[in-house]
This record gives sequence, structure tokens and C-alpha cells, in this order.
Amino acid sequence: MNMSNGQKRGLGFYLLAAFFAMFVIFLYGPMLMIFILSFQGTTGGLTFPMRGVSVHWFGDLFASSRYGDLGGALTRSVLLGLVAMIITTVVCLFAGLAFRRRFMGAGPLFYLSIISLVVPGILLGLGISQMFQLLGIRLHWLMSGLVAHLSWTLPFGLLIMFAVLNRFDSSWEEAARDAGARALTILRLVTIPILFPGLIAVALFGFTLSYDEMPRSLLTVGGNNTLPIEISNMTTTVTTPALYAIGTLTSALSFLAIAISFIAIAIIQKRRRARD
Amino acid sequence: MSSRSSGGSSGLSAYLQVAPLALFTIAFVGVPIGTLVLLSFWQTDGIFIYREFTLDNYRQMLSSPLTYALFFTTIKFAAITLIVTTIIGFICSYFLVFHVRNLKWQIGLLLLCTIPFWTSNVIRMISWIPFLGREGIFNQTIIAMGLTNQPLDFLLYSEFAVILTYIHLYTLFMIVPIFNSMAKINPNLIEAARDAGASGWQILYTVIIPLSKTGIALGSIFVVTLVMADFFVVRVMSGGQSASVVSAMKNQIDNLFYPQAAAMAIMLIAVVALLVSGILRVVDIRAELAR
Repeated sequence: MNMSNGQKRGLGFYLLAAFFAMFVIFLYGPMLMIFILSFQGTTGGLTFPMRGVSVHWFGDLFASSRYGDLGGALTRSVLLGLVAMIITTVVCLFAGLAFRRRFMGAGPLFYLSIISLVVPGILLGLGISQMFQLLGIRLHWLMSGLVAHLSWTLPFGLLIMFAVLNRFDSSWEEAARDAGARALTILRLVTIPILFPGLIAVALFGFTLSYDEMPRSLLTVGGNNTLPIEISNMTTTVTTPALYAIGTLTSALSFLAIAISFIAIAIIQKRRRARD
Repeated sequence: MSSRSSGGSSGLSAYLQVAPLALFTIAFVGVPIGTLVLLSFWQTDGIFIYREFTLDNYRQMLSSPLTYALFFTTIKFAAITLIVTTIIGFICSYFLVFHVRNLKWQIGLLLLCTIPFWTSNVIRMISWIPFLGREGIFNQTIIAMGLTNQPLDFLLYSEFAVILTYIHLYTLFMIVPIFNSMAKINPNLIEAARDAGASGWQILYTVIIPLSKTGIALGSIFVVTLVMADFFVVRVMSGGQSASVVSAMKNQIDNLFYPQAAAMAIMLIAVVALLVSGILRVVDIRAELAR
């Protein structure tokens, strides 16, 4: 035990640090390997050794049609992610605000949201697709697909909103009300600006959860696949490093999205500090 | 809690604010689950679905030894993954909270653990293939070292590969909640225990583990439900040699046996609900989130 400051670090610290380091290697090791292998030379295979270095497999992905409609799938996934993101952020903001009060049905609604997280995705997808078919509505990625994605992003967003609102002091709103501000004004000038970094987190989760969602999409998107479905299909049919190239590419896109959001949050907080 | 009860607005506006979520959740989570229940009582010949009430789907499912084998395998996967991820999650969180003294380092190292979460699960899963395969790095290495002259076959396309992948994908869901509840432990409590003469292990057992319980419970819910819901990892990483409940269900769906799949789904939901409510007896998540 080595907690109080100033004490010398004992054996325990180094053992735990080594364990943690090994865990980090375990997390990153395999991913780094496929990133490296995606730059495999033209004649290279799925494993080491590298036979030269090239970007051949990246070009191959989009140039050749044997990998399916990757461009279309990517477009659909990004669009779906953006729509899911906007709806999730708005709906969860208001729902989070509402949950600060005790209202009738708050408990059941909360548990229904949790069920939505806990029920295996493909089952909810099955339920949603069957419901649409019973109603005679054709499956479409931007209809039933969007609904399926929202059943995943909304409860997640709600949980994050809880955490965000946990640190939110309602007396700001009250002060604004005492000063005569109306509900919409308070929302626009007080609540949303204060919660903004948290809302970006909700938006970020909304986008990436939807962008990566596979089980719920499988039965609900209809004739046009989203990117995760295309990729999972590739895992069983593609036996070239193109498989790793798509992995590298989508990971890079995800990291770009997070980086942009983190920079946005940092800028907002810096501005805020400058104003204080 | 006082700021909470006085929060925001009049009673009516709370309903207005929550209405979109409520309508959506009822229409697109409640009703689809209801649809599944309905479907599980209907008949099919593999081509058409007949809307006639029958208990056959359940009778068939419950009389098949295969069903029990599937549930056994799935629960076994969940249990092993749960144990390993709990141990890793606990040790890593413990290290971050109690041994990394600088807050910036603490947050930085925690973020380091969360970054892989942002890439696609499918990609993270396939990233094990070049490592574990017959010609993979692990086998190449041990052969080069002269430890064996034959590649180890059990590494890939086996239950081992399935569980390893689960651990790789889901340990994060254990680390974050445990880290959260550990970070809330008041250092004075540990100081007091030490002053009272408790040894390191005693502090661990009587102070830290009990106070990390909520985090462990939350993490367990995530891990158990994620593993129980999986069909893809088990299909790809076992090379088709193992099946879980959902992967078997996926086969039924592919063969258009929707009612049978729905019956299996209802049973799975019941089992998962049972496990989760068991965990919830230990901790009230809503109170935990509101704290």
C-alpha cells in the first residue's frame, strides 16, 4: 500500500505498473499489427512477413467491385450516424432535464431504456423489422434502420446526460428565472451553454455508436448495407490485406471524429476560462 | 438532491421534455419486444408465417437438449469473461486510483484504455487473426525460439480465441465503472484504517472491495449482457465450431424460422433479465447514476 504522498514507491507499485503496461500492450498490440499489415506489399498476405510496403490494398478497396459497395455503405453509415447524433443529442438533452424531477412513469421509462441496452441487439432488430413488416412498411436504412440505431444511441445518451447533469447546478436557471427570463431564453442562454461540453460528449457517442452498429442494423436496413455490415461480410469472404486496409481506414475515421470533438471541447473550455 | 427536486420547470414541462424519448422508446423498443412475444406464439413452415396461436415453438425449444447446451456454452463464455475482466479491471483501476498520484496522469492513462473502444468491434476482433493463426506471429515466434516445432492449433478458431476476443473487446466496460467507484473512496477512510493498524490486504478486503462493489456490479451487467448478446465473435473466432444462443438464433433467422427464433429470444431475454436483476440486488444503478 503506497498511497500517501512522499512515501517511496514499493515493489507493489512496480508490479501493478507492469500489469497495467501489459494490459495496454494487449489492447493495442493486435490493432497495431493490422495497421502495419494493411500497408503490405502487392504480393503480401494476411500475416507477417511484410513483402514490401505499399498502399495498394487501400486503392484496391475502392477500385475493385469485389468488395461490394463500400463507398455507398460508408456514405449511408456517415449519414445515419449524423442523423442519429442530432436526434440523440436533442432528445436526450430534454429527457435528461425532465428526469431531474420526479414525474409519473419516470421509473418504468428509465427501465424500458435500460432494457433497450440490455436486450441483444439482433433481437431488437428482429422485433423492429417484424413490426415494420406487420405494419406493411418496407424496410429502409433511413427508416427502420434509423429507428434501430436510435434504440441503441438514445438510452446510452440518456445515461451520459445523467452523468452530465450530475454536475449541473440548477440554481443558475433559478437565478435567470428570478431575473425574469422566460423558459426558452433560459434554455438558450443558460442551460445549453453550460451543458455544451457534455452535449458534445452525447453527440460524439451518438455518432460513433451508430456508425459502428452492426447487430441492430443487420435485419433492419433492408436492401442497402451499412459499413459495419459490409465489413463483417468481408471478414468471411476477403482473404487479402484489403481487409486490414478497411480496418485501418475506419479506425482512422473514428479517431478523427474523436479528435475533432476533443479539440472542440478544449476550445470551448479555454474560451470560458478566458471570459471568467 | 435538493437542486434536483427544485430543478427546472413546472410539472407539465417535465412531461413535454420527456415526451419524445417516451414515445420513441415505447413505440420502437416496447412494441418490437411485444412483437417478438407475439411472433413466438405463431406458426411457420419456413416460408410463410401463420398468425395462429401455438405453444409448439416453446415446446420444441424446451424439449431439445441442444437448447440447454447452447445456454450452457453461452453462460460459460459469459462467466469466464466476467471473471477475467473483473480481475483485470480491478487491478488496473486500483493501480490508476491508488498508485498514480498525478490526476493528469490518471486521466491520461484511463483515456489510453478507452481509445480502442472507438474503433469498430469487428476490426478489433479480426486483429487477432494475424496474431493467433497457424502462421501467426505467436506461432512464428515460439517456433523460432525452438519451444515447439509444430504450430499450436488451439489458438485460433477455438473457444480460447472466442474468450480472448471477448476479454479484449469488453474489459473496458469493467475498468471505467470500477475506476469511477474507486475514485469516490475518501482517502481518509484508508488513512483511518491504516492508523487503526490494518494491513494492506485488510484494507483491500474491508474497505476498497466493499466500496468498489457498485462499480463491479455495473461492469458485470455490461459484460454479461454483451457476451450473451454476441453472435458474431463466436461465429468467426470459433471457426464455426462453437455456437452461442444468439448465433444459433441467427441461423434460424437466416433460414426464416422467425417464430422459433422469437421463442428462443424470449427465453434468452428472460435469462438475461434474471442475471441482471440478480446483479441489481447488489446495487441500485439509478441511485448510483444520480449520485
